[in-house]
Amino acid sequence: MKTGSIQIESRTERLIAVREFVSEAAHEFGFTDEDVSKIALAVDEACTNVIKHAYKFDPTKTIQVVVRTDNGVFEIAIRDTGTQFNPAQVRRPDMKEYLSHYRKGGLGVFLMKSLMDKVEYEIAPGKMNEVRLIKYLPH
Amino acid sequence: MIDFKIAHREQQNINVLELKGYLDAHTAPKLEEAFQHLLTSQRFRIVVNCKELSYISSAGLGVFMAFIEDVRNNKGDIKLTNMSPKVYNVFDLLGFPLLYEIFKDEQEAISRFFEKSKQA
Repeated sequence: MKTGSIQIESRTERLIAVREFVSEAAHEFGFTDEDVSKIALAVDEACTNVIKHAYKFDPTKTIQVVVRTDNGVFEIAIRDTGTQFNPAQVRRPDMKEYLSHYRKGGLGVFLMKSLMDKVEYEIAPGKMNEVRLIKYLPH
Repeated sequence: MIDFKIAHREQQNINVLELKGYLDAHTAPKLEEAFQHLLTSQRFRIVVNCKELSYISSAGLGVFMAFIEDVRNNKGDIKLTNMSPKVYNVFDLLGFPLLYEIFKDEQEAISRFFEKSKQA
């Protein structure tokens, strides 16, 4: 098993650094450019959720992104210590209903689930919340 | 480093926004501001040229969602053009092609506004 990690301040301008870090690891692991883009977007969405919802834009907080690779499995864990936010409870929006209600949030979790093979959560409010995004290397 | 830029021009009375770079939660407020500016000045016929848009996340998609209803209520539209396959795939995943007209080419989108006004 190989691991690598990056820690960022909870600020949206740091999203680009996370995308670059994850993209490099995914490329190295052997994913196609298309899959690398999907993984980077999913991780961006997870970190954006933490910045907005768990930390409510408090820039003094930090987010840890850990990449673990093992035997065809690429896993990214996004960790925070903020308020509980459970993406498992976010349902896929009905786009027609969505349009008619003029909403602009809630798309990130749906994207994460669509882009990755598996999304897992471990929520321990006030201690550590972890979202794990998993993608398998095609044989 | 250029993370995101918007150029605005008017062509045949249509407002064209050219997006360049990375549209994420950090840069989405810039696009929001650009749309807000157009709406405040009563300009509702909008084409967004995505030729140089390298990346979009849900924060960027949310901006399109936030303004479309107001724009259409004022007999306008937001039409999208020149998307790379990578950017198009994100729009497609969320079913946006059902809600927005997406064209390969900017001129096609501009012409479409005039087709509609002839019919009206």
